[in-house]
Amino acid sequence: MYGLKDDWELEPRARRFVLEDYQGATPRWCPGCGDHAILNALQRLARDEQLPPEKTVVVSGIGCSSRLPHYMKTYGFHGLHGRPLPVACGVRSRRPDLNIFVITGDGDCCAIGTAHWIHAIRYNMKMTVMMFDNNIYGLTKMQSSPTTPKKHFSFTHPGGAPLSPINPLAVTLGVRNLSFLAQTIDWNPPHLYATLRAAHKHEGLAFVRILQRCPHFMPEIWTRLQEDPQLVMLLEHPEGIQLEDAAKRLFKRRREHDPHDLAAAHEIVNDESVVPIGLIYKNENAERYDAFSSRGIEMTTEEKLAAAQQAIDRFLI
Amino acid sequence: MTSSHAASSQPSSSPEPRVERVSEHIVEIVSDSGEGAQTAGQMFGTVSARMGNGVWTVEIIPAEIEPPFRSRAGASGNRIRISSGAATNMGDEADVVVALNEQVLYSRIDVGALRRGTIIFLESKWGEIDDEKIRREYREALEDFEKRGYRVFEVPMERECLKIVRDPRRGKNMWVLGMLCALYGRNVEFVHEEIRKKFARKGEQVIESNRKLVDAGYAWAQQNIPFRFEVPAQPAEKPRVVMNGNQAVALGIMASGIEVVSMYPITPATSVSHYLAASFDKAGGFLHQAEDEISAIGFAIGASYAGKVAATVTSGPGLALKTEFIGLAVMAEIPLVIVVVQRGGPSTGLPTRVEQGELLASLFGSPGDVPKVVIAPSSIEECFHFIITARTLAEKFRTPVIVLTDANLATGQQPFTRPEVRPEWLAPPLDMAPWDRNVAPYDWDRETGLSRRPIPGQRGGEYVLTGLAHDRWSHVAYESAINQEAMSMRSRKLAALQRTLKPPKVYGDPEGDLLVVGWGSTRGAIEEAVDRVRADGGRVSSLTLRFLSPLEPGLAEIFRRFKQVMTVEINYSDDGDDPAVTRESRRFSQLAWLLRAKTLVDVDCWSRVPGTPLPPGRIEKEIRRRLDGEKAVRHEEAKNVRTQG
Ligand SMILES: Cc1ncc(C[n+]2csc(CCOP(=O)(O)OP(=O)(O)O)c2C)c(N)n1
Ligand code: SF4
Repeated sequence: MYGLKDDWELEPRARRFVLEDYQGATPRWCPGCGDHAILNALQRLARDEQLPPEKTVVVSGIGCSSRLPHYMKTYGFHGLHGRPLPVACGVRSRRPDLNIFVITGDGDCCAIGTAHWIHAIRYNMKMTVMMFDNNIYGLTKMQSSPTTPKKHFSFTHPGGAPLSPINPLAVTLGVRNLSFLAQTIDWNPPHLYATLRAAHKHEGLAFVRILQRCPHFMPEIWTRLQEDPQLVMLLEHPEGIQLEDAAKRLFKRRREHDPHDLAAAHEIVNDESVVPIGLIYKNENAERYDAFSSRGIEMTTEEKLAAAQQAIDRFLI
Repeated sequence: MTSSHAASSQPSSSPEPRVERVSEHIVEIVSDSGEGAQTAGQMFGTVSARMGNGVWTVEIIPAEIEPPFRSRAGASGNRIRISSGAATNMGDEADVVVALNEQVLYSRIDVGALRRGTIIFLESKWGEIDDEKIRREYREALEDFEKRGYRVFEVPMERECLKIVRDPRRGKNMWVLGMLCALYGRNVEFVHEEIRKKFARKGEQVIESNRKLVDAGYAWAQQNIPFRFEVPAQPAEKPRVVMNGNQAVALGIMASGIEVVSMYPITPATSVSHYLAASFDKAGGFLHQAEDEISAIGFAIGASYAGKVAATVTSGPGLALKTEFIGLAVMAEIPLVIVVVQRGGPSTGLPTRVEQGELLASLFGSPGDVPKVVIAPSSIEECFHFIITARTLAEKFRTPVIVLTDANLATGQQPFTRPEVRPEWLAPPLDMAPWDRNVAPYDWDRETGLSRRPIPGQRGGEYVLTGLAHDRWSHVAYESAINQEAMSMRSRKLAALQRTLKPPKVYGDPEGDLLVVGWGSTRGAIEEAVDRVRADGGRVSSLTLRFLSPLEPGLAEIFRRFKQVMTVEINYSDDGDDPAVTRESRRFSQLAWLLRAKTLVDVDCWSRVPGTPLPPGRIEKEIRRRLDGEKAVRHEEAKNVRTQG
């Protein structure tokens, strides 16, 4: 079948994928780690959407969270610390046919990968970016991360983190051409699932910050939220993340928020007294760089040859 | 024409100019930046190439973006070497220099570009200007030039241009070009055509006034310059192209079927992206300007992982940033072409100037052991063809391939036979047939280390690429035996590639007193120096290495046939006779370092980092010095034999 277009498939019988089709190696995360829940949600999403495993690529950086591609049975790219986004953009640049998920941690994304984070949002290529935020460096065993709360103990700041954390939502929201921004939590499977699904369906780069439990190095950080339902605020809107009524009732605080309202989105992410979950911002009209970069992929060898010959001719003497 | 040179101070009375036949000439045009000397020089080079001459041009770039007007730091322009045969390097001192003011000329004098007897055509207006200080500077310079033995001809360039255009600052370069065309008997029709090409976008009026200026310069020279130079040309049999190394790289990219080029601007590599921006998409390619070099290579690696042929183009500081990703590409066996247009280092060093400082960084500049292919073109034509080689090697050996060019190749122009793009040069289309699930994504062949790779979209090939130690199935594995095997499989590819290479050809006799070994852009100058010494009976030969990793085979063998082996490079080394260094502390230049380690031959080196290409004359001098040393030794030996006898 050499030479065929890469979207061509001989499919005599419809395929039906089950969960096991997406289950790779056995996860090696600590018991109780929020990463397990996120992996499950992703596998379920792939199954429910019947994503062909061969057409699905999970790209990650380095960290506990970034081990995730190994636990999927799709294509995966477990690359360098902080650099999953350039790789994912490169994959996307000429392959509109693939489903791309990016896994990154708070250190991976908001420290070493900061430049790529901001620019990937600006490029707005279709992919789902999942930032696992456990407020600490897990894999390297408890050093402060850019999102570690001020005064919080870590091995690099035994006297407590000296600086205020950055606010990843506010930073993301500040980038022009942002297309999709949502926040969710690993300990509410329906919301987590619904958020990933909305992100995957979105045509453009969907950035999802997932508050992720790290019982090993950050045991208390999200328990506060789990114990006091008043601290978490559910964003509701017909165009937002849709939850069933039963799941909604778990949230004591709710707010109606139109995800197209940028000013309200800014107000929400900057109110540090409460943790919003749901769709914070969405812009379906943001320019997409992958629409631009994948031009010309249909060109034949003959056409390419002719173009190269022509380019050379301009230098004839 | 007025002249400070006594012998030619009289206007020519005879209409028939004196014609001198020469086998080659070096012409320089220098001006303040913005006066267009570069454009004029390039056109002169192109037209000379069209006339069948060998040509090598070198850009003369000021040290600063906007150097002060009329300053010693300011020369901007072009050096054009034209010859009867092929021109392969910038040559030594200039024969003719056209200078738009005397101060920029000093910056050329400072770098040794002139010699006694060099003919200077100098803009004369500075001697008549209102500003007393400038008039004085000009007069003093004339006296100084006379003392130095240059032959100066003052030319009223501005006054003549004013007869045609209102702003001579923007037209003088074309007038000068016309003057040079008369001096060298260039076909003015060709110049007109170049002008049309160059200014097509600026409209008919601009084209017309530039042509008029050229014609005026030509006519003025016909009437006022009493001599001509003839550099006999050999008409080419096959169609030829003329371009610089970065253009050749860009065209090579298109002719090799590379689809994605991702880069971050850095001098002197940037212009590759300018040339691609003009036509890459017509060949189905995509040029990505990333947010930094790390992202640039990551993007290219992502594209390559997804089955598209990708390249990144950079220079030294960018290479440094890319090394972590290069390590990943080696570890995960991702094909990738990495073009490194070397510039002066370290740090931001000499950004616009030439050096060959990235050889060892390319070989070893990543954490751990990362065997990869490193090749170096030695001419502009090779800049084109080596990209196609690199693309093929990258795919076949599933590895990054570094192509080392440098600022000299990047900006130098040279004519060569027009390449006819062949279908097999282009990367074949993706084979997306289902993958046999029983075949590991790294099914290393034990002998060659080679393996096929599954590409996203290929059913059954789903694997997780990782930079962590892994087994054949790309499963993370820390077992010692697995790591040993994986490392040797990745390394073995270089051995397998080396088996396909032939020993390099020695330039000159296969044995002798001295072998000069070089790589990259120095080849032309080295071979010219060798030719000159051999013409006097010196037993010297040279060797140019195109493959640096793996090295071409048979080197130790070749080296043993020479009494001395020495590398000549544009990177730093301690001089062997420097009293401040000892044999143990001496730092060798980069190729010498490598060759000593690989061949166990006591390879010596001579290197300089002047920021300019090495002139053949300087290399010649060093060769003679070494050969004289050799002669002295032989003399000594003979004496010993006699006394013993
Ligand atoms: C260039 C580089 N610097 C540092 C490291 C070490 N390192 C590995 S993971 C990590 C931090 C991971 O933290 P985070 O991204 O928050 O992910 P988590 O482990 O918490 O999921 C660091 C610093 C590395 N692998 N590469
Ligand atoms: S250290 Fe924390 S983030 Fe890492 S696996 Fe354990 S619980 Fe999860």
